[in-house]
Amino acid sequence: MIAATPPTEIKKNFFNQKQGLASWLLTYDHKRIAILYLLGVTFFFAIGGIFAALIRLELATPAGDLVDSNTYNKFFTMHGIIMVFLFLIPSIPAVFGNFLIPLMIGAKDVAFPRLNLLSWYIYMIGGLFIITVLLMGGVDTGWTFYTPFSTSYSNGYVVAAGMGIFIAGFSSILTGLNFIVTIHRMRAPGLTWFRLPLFIWAHYATSMIQVLGTPVIAVTLFLLVLERGLHIGFFDPAYGGDPVLFQHMFWFYSHPAVYIMILPSMGVVTEIITTFSSKKPFGYTFIAFSSVAIAVFGFIVWGHHLFVSGQSAYAGMVFSVLSYIVAIPSAIKVFNWTATMYKGAVRLTTPMLYALGFIGLFTIGGLTGLFLASLGMDVHLTDTYFVVAHFHYVMVGGAIMGFLGGIHYWWPKIFGKMYNEGWSKISAVIIFIGFNLTFFPQFLLGYMGMPRRYHVYPPEFQVLNVLSSAGASVLAIGYLIPFCYLLYSLKYGPDAPPNPWGATTLEWKTQSPPITQNFEVTPVVTQEAYTYTTEEVVHVG
Amino acid sequence: MDSETVVAPSAAGAPPQHGHVEHHFEDASQQKDAATVGMWVFLVTEVMFFGGLFLAYFAYRQAYPVAFASASNNTNLLIGAANTTVLICSSLTMALAVHFAAIGKKNLIVLFLILTLLLGGTFLSVKAYEYHDKWVKHEVPGYNFDCRTDTGAPCADAAHTPLFFSLYFGMTGLHAMHMIVGVGILLFLITQARKGRYTPAWHTPVELFGLYWHFVDIVWIFLFPLLYLIDRSAMPK
Amino acid sequence: MPNHEKSAEHHVVPKRIYFGVFFALVVLTWVTTYVSTIDLGRWNIFVALAIAIFKASLVALFFMHVFYSARLTKMIVTAAIFWLTLLLFITMADFWTRGWMGVPGR
Repeated sequence: MIAATPPTEIKKNFFNQKQGLASWLLTYDHKRIAILYLLGVTFFFAIGGIFAALIRLELATPAGDLVDSNTYNKFFTMHGIIMVFLFLIPSIPAVFGNFLIPLMIGAKDVAFPRLNLLSWYIYMIGGLFIITVLLMGGVDTGWTFYTPFSTSYSNGYVVAAGMGIFIAGFSSILTGLNFIVTIHRMRAPGLTWFRLPLFIWAHYATSMIQVLGTPVIAVTLFLLVLERGLHIGFFDPAYGGDPVLFQHMFWFYSHPAVYIMILPSMGVVTEIITTFSSKKPFGYTFIAFSSVAIAVFGFIVWGHHLFVSGQSAYAGMVFSVLSYIVAIPSAIKVFNWTATMYKGAVRLTTPMLYALGFIGLFTIGGLTGLFLASLGMDVHLTDTYFVVAHFHYVMVGGAIMGFLGGIHYWWPKIFGKMYNEGWSKISAVIIFIGFNLTFFPQFLLGYMGMPRRYHVYPPEFQVLNVLSSAGASVLAIGYLIPFCYLLYSLKYGPDAPPNPWGATTLEWKTQSPPITQNFEVTPVVTQEAYTYTTEEVVHVG
Repeated sequence: MDSETVVAPSAAGAPPQHGHVEHHFEDASQQKDAATVGMWVFLVTEVMFFGGLFLAYFAYRQAYPVAFASASNNTNLLIGAANTTVLICSSLTMALAVHFAAIGKKNLIVLFLILTLLLGGTFLSVKAYEYHDKWVKHEVPGYNFDCRTDTGAPCADAAHTPLFFSLYFGMTGLHAMHMIVGVGILLFLITQARKGRYTPAWHTPVELFGLYWHFVDIVWIFLFPLLYLIDRSAMPK
Repeated sequence: MPNHEKSAEHHVVPKRIYFGVFFALVVLTWVTTYVSTIDLGRWNIFVALAIAIFKASLVALFFMHVFYSARLTKMIVTAAIFWLTLLLFITMADFWTRGWMGVPGR
């Protein structure tokens, strides 16, 4: 990869310090593990994307002319499972978190490098289960695995898929555990909590959710597998089991899991916005604590997924009110980002375009979430395309915009190469347009009453569905362009300087790409993060 | 990786370590701190993991109190209490093993680790006996399930008793799996301790395993009343 | 390194504390066993759980050294208890209030 740099002397970096396949598969270097994860999540993103394309293709016409309903059920289930568990959840934490947390806190590695590598293998094994399920014929339960359909009636490979997610969950737990210990115990001298980059705070909050929530879905899937495989009834109504209990346990994790996806993205966006405004983030402590607040509040709102499931009406009311609370820290962040840009020297680079896109799309996703959080409104909108549009605005418009923004922001640091600014800006705009064209019509469809998870629909919905499918193809092109110019940059792109953006955090103080042990000498931090006027971190010998 | 480690400046003046400090740590105390915090965070995940089962238990006990009360009468009170005592003894021996590791009494570490192993094995054997007993009495959920009281009459609210036994086997089974993993680790620790690997300066594995073992004990401290005791006497015999 | 927070200090706990805790645990085990043979009505579950919580606290505080540990360890333990409580109580709140409305299915 680096070999193409023509005459200049090749610097030592973590790519060329060791070579060969084994040096990658047995590496304990957090940076290399991050790249292994990048390969993994990109692969699963492509697979999940293919299923999304198939879904939109089927929905281009009102009739079920491409596939039958059973196959369609498998399409959206595999799309959901792969995108949620194998792409979105590991995407930013396992790739950028892994690469950047040690660099940003001036450490040589994460606290448990072997565990880090293990977590990648566990992730890949979990992924292998899902791919196997895919090849054998798929699952048709929806990514939520609701009982009793999943335990008693589904004719898909529920046990294997459940095991796959169970296994991949442990990878997420280990990553979170590693980050928590790393952030607590590996910070460079002088790097106090309130000098940490806000990306670190966001990842700390994410790790809390991973560690506290994931075990609950693990045990839930364990019970599900026992019930389906051995007919031991835990949720089976035949023995008086309660399917609503399954939903409680499932959403205790799966609602906070949304914040596993969005919090790291918020961290990325915070870094991008402060750098390209050349201005301290407005309200550092507010942004830091709002991350933690989202992580905590995220755990007390899950019941809004159960408004029409037969939970008690009183629980519904309480969950409805509590759900509004999450809007507060989320709004704090949006206001702070906006205020950071105010009177800043804003540069509209590619990462900045993604960050701005994130703010807009996340705001729409968040505000429509308030519609769904209100009990009466939700009864009308449950299981319609309004819900689908809402969570895609958060997960795709939020998490994936953050992921792509992060790729473009840290690409020079990770690979030491600059990409083509022109192409990257064009693709950012295409993605933004394609995304809105895909999902905005779905709000309208949902409001008009089109239910989700059906492969046929009444003809009056066709215009909006065709718009959505057209948007999906624009979006697909938008995703393919970065793939091309980024790979191109690896070979032909100009070398990146250590700090191409004029950023202030520690990862930019070392060379691009960094050396295996990150810093020549352990940095000592003497001032707050994001000091743009007198940029200095004193290196001591 | 280790070969290309650049010795960090602050580590240069540190006292000679046990040879266990990995390259990315500054010194042994940071390494030990990290391991301890890591273990505690791991135990948090374990709490939440068992938490899901506890939730299912409370939800169904609330829904079917009669079935749970009658089914819990089919557990053996004396065996349960005795086995709890065995597990508490093993926690004591484990705590003492850590204690002797901290003050560097090699033979006593080995002795108390072995005692812990034996007590853990005893607990598992008793558990196996109880499982067998339940199997023979058709109290394993699934086909042929049949909950009957001592007198041979069907349990009260027998239709919902499978939930109790599903939870019984789910919870004690998961607990037993943790015990079996613990026994495996104990065997490893014993061989290492015999080689004199653990010193007052470095016995992190013993200490961290102690945390794990006590945690498994705590889980049982809750399982015992939940599965054996509550509302036991509320049912007319 | 972060010299400000030092956890896992070497605090060798006197052996008599271990024996004292052990004695208390065994006695409480047999107390709770005995109490289970008396029907206290709706208090059965509360008494049994109170004793269990007390026993578990003893194990955590002394066998697991939480009592002597750094603030961070105590925070982690508190977080575990807090989130377990969230899981149990919020979900149970649904089950407790199911019948309140008096409408079947609500």
